[in-house]
Amino acid sequence: MQTIAEYLPQHPFFAGLPEPVVALVAGCASNVHFHQGQHLFHEGEPADAFYVIRHGRVSLEVHTPAGPPVVVDSAHTDDVVGWSWLVPPHRWLFDARATEETSAIAFDGACLRDKCDTDPAVGYVVLQRVVQVMSTRLHSARIRLLDLYGAPA
Amino acid sequence: MVETRLIDLAGLQSLLDALVARGYRVVGPTVRAGAVVNAEISEVADLPRGWGDDQEPGRYRLRRRDDEALFGFAAGAQSAKPVFFPTDELLWRGRRTPGGSGFEVRGAPDGGHGGHDDEPGDTRPTALLGVRSCDLSAVGIHDTVLTGRGFADAHYAQRREGAFVIAVACSDPGGTCFCVSMGTGPRPEQGRGAPFDLSLTELLAPEHRFVVEVGSERGAGLLDEIGAARAAPDEVAAADAVSEQAAQRMGRRLDTDGIRDLLYASVDSPRWDDVASRCLACTNCTMVCPTCFCTTVEDVSDLSGESADRHRVWDSCFNADFSYIHGGTVRESTRSRYRQWMTHKLASWHDQFGSSGCVGCGRCVTWCPAAIDITEEAAALRGAPGSNLPAPPSPAVPAPE
Amino acid sequence: MTAVAGAGSRAGHRGDPFLPRPFVVRHHRQDTRDTWTLVLEPVDGVPMPFAAGQFTMMQAFGAGEAPISISGDPARPEVLEHTIRNVGAVTRALVHAGPGAELAIRGPFGTGWEVSSGRGGDVVFVAGGIGLAPLRPAVLEVCADRAAYGRVLLMYGARTPEDILFADDLRRWASDHGVDVQVTVDNGQHAWQGRVGLVTQLVERGGFDADHTLALVCGPEVMMRYAAMALRARGVQPGRLRLSMERNMKCGVGLCGHCQLREYFLCVDGPVLTYDVLEPLMSRAEL
Repeated sequence: MQTIAEYLPQHPFFAGLPEPVVALVAGCASNVHFHQGQHLFHEGEPADAFYVIRHGRVSLEVHTPAGPPVVVDSAHTDDVVGWSWLVPPHRWLFDARATEETSAIAFDGACLRDKCDTDPAVGYVVLQRVVQVMSTRLHSARIRLLDLYGAPA
Repeated sequence: MVETRLIDLAGLQSLLDALVARGYRVVGPTVRAGAVVNAEISEVADLPRGWGDDQEPGRYRLRRRDDEALFGFAAGAQSAKPVFFPTDELLWRGRRTPGGSGFEVRGAPDGGHGGHDDEPGDTRPTALLGVRSCDLSAVGIHDTVLTGRGFADAHYAQRREGAFVIAVACSDPGGTCFCVSMGTGPRPEQGRGAPFDLSLTELLAPEHRFVVEVGSERGAGLLDEIGAARAAPDEVAAADAVSEQAAQRMGRRLDTDGIRDLLYASVDSPRWDDVASRCLACTNCTMVCPTCFCTTVEDVSDLSGESADRHRVWDSCFNADFSYIHGGTVRESTRSRYRQWMTHKLASWHDQFGSSGCVGCGRCVTWCPAAIDITEEAAALRGAPGSNLPAPPSPAVPAPE
Repeated sequence: MTAVAGAGSRAGHRGDPFLPRPFVVRHHRQDTRDTWTLVLEPVDGVPMPFAAGQFTMMQAFGAGEAPISISGDPARPEVLEHTIRNVGAVTRALVHAGPGAELAIRGPFGTGWEVSSGRGGDVVFVAGGIGLAPLRPAVLEVCADRAAYGRVLLMYGARTPEDILFADDLRRWASDHGVDVQVTVDNGQHAWQGRVGLVTQLVERGGFDADHTLALVCGPEVMMRYAAMALRARGVQPGRLRLSMERNMKCGVGLCGHCQLREYFLCVDGPVLTYDVLEPLMSRAEL
């Protein structure tokens, strides 16, 4: 298996970033593994990480008072999970559960925020990448809200 | 050299008699309920002798002329459209097969007018008297739309095949006429629009007579039968003069230069909001327009559900549910419907059928209760902001077969 | 695009395209809570050859007509298959037609997917909801001639896992015919192991050579619009991107005027049209 430093530059989220930036950000990263059924995080917990899924599958779920949790998003190989580390009050808004053996790279949120504060240029490019992910997810959520495949009005 | 003959009023009556004797249902203009409407005729006296008309946006009145002209008016309330393309057409009759869950379907008798039950209705071929040049162009357009493409309307084709057409050159264009702008008149021309068998130009002085242009062999045959003489050169010249002066007296004009591109480029024009504030979506314009052809189907069953008939009836893109698909209506606003109608008529028609959809008859202007004038709207679009945008490229659409 | 129609369809039944033919329902299967598949045979035994992407006008006797895409195998024209979603009075009458019932059918009408023009390259099918049904004949056509194509991907978005159509076919296409089947749902249950998200997100993942790809898209118009944008963003040529459009239809033969999308009669010039033609027409409301 590749080291984090070897893996990151090939990943879509980091592709094209200057090598020093990638190295800087990699300094906040560590390999993590989740067993099938294990939660990455729960709603309401401090959100001090974001994850890049190397291999596996994660459900983003909303638990409801009656009935099983509803899966509102899923993350798979190469997907990025979490941006609440950037958005105060830095709390997770969903549950995340690995539905199969999942290996990921976890980026420490406080460490990353620190590096972005120190060097705003680094902060800016990281923010640009995060915004792209958010934009895609927001668009997906909005269109799914239309319930295009649902019963006609 | 076009063959021209001359007939007088007695000759015109002989013409009608000969057509009736040949088994035609002769349809021509008559005065009814304050308007010129087509109806079955047999006598010259049935025609609107001495009647003229005043037409303006949203206004139609007949008035007494100070002469005895038979065709001294402009476009009547309806064109030739309902003759060949009826408002209600029976497509088929269906019946459940007794005892099973099956059914059988029988096509409607061909060419019949107003057939009911198992009677074919009036199967006489039609002789149309008094078709103006604009309406002749419209019939030609319908020939293309309804029989000139992949799928044909067999009932329409049958009615057209048997029809005898006597056109009339306009002498008194109306306040809403603009056939000159659309290149469809005021004089019927063989080869432009639907073919005619005969074309009349009415002369009132020094005697009441008609210069007759021969358009077909059977037209010539009919004139031979009634003993029509050749027209003299001065009579032919007089007929030419009628058309020339009519061409100078158009009530309106429509600049057709680049009109297709203009309409396509005007899709976001604020002018549509303006016309939408006046348009009632009443569908009058589409009902009187000689080229509109939209229809819908109505399934009529009896109470037992054992039989079901399918009718095709006139429809209009201004109707609320015209563009309904599950989930809603595509053209919900009046704005979008007016835009659709005008864009189709003046622009899309070119891509679909190779000509304009408008023949300049002016009926949509006359019969609009809100007095909306298509020529004014076209001019407004030309001057509206954004009207100089280049149109989207004209993509290749399969040509009418 | 030229209309690819079965032999004799221009003349219609007994020479009249307004006259329907009776077909008898042989099988009747409920696929999801609102979708049924009917398998029909012509009462007179004369098959209805069709091209993938074409539709028929279907009527339950006396209950009105609706245009429904053919969802069956073009290589088996002796059987007519339709997958119908119950969305109104007419479709409700159709889905309630059980075995032995007869339906009145006119067609086949319209332009087809012409998926064979994608030979030698990659093919990407993007389906949303009931949109998988009109694409199914094209997928079957590709599977029957699999070696002629490069990578074949099927990206399918459904509302929930219970709304997934043709689950057996999806499995078989993946396991037996080398189709990369990717399914996503708008929202899923706890037990759902597949993807959750919009089908356009599958497009963004790529996996095909955009320069040599034929993309066929079918589903609700909003979904098609965004899917086409995503395909364009990946570099698929607009002339190699085909959508199946839907409008009100009364005749199915280009005479009633209802299905016009500006200058296109969707029953004759469509329903399958290319994105270079459609893009300006889809980007404006109420056209």
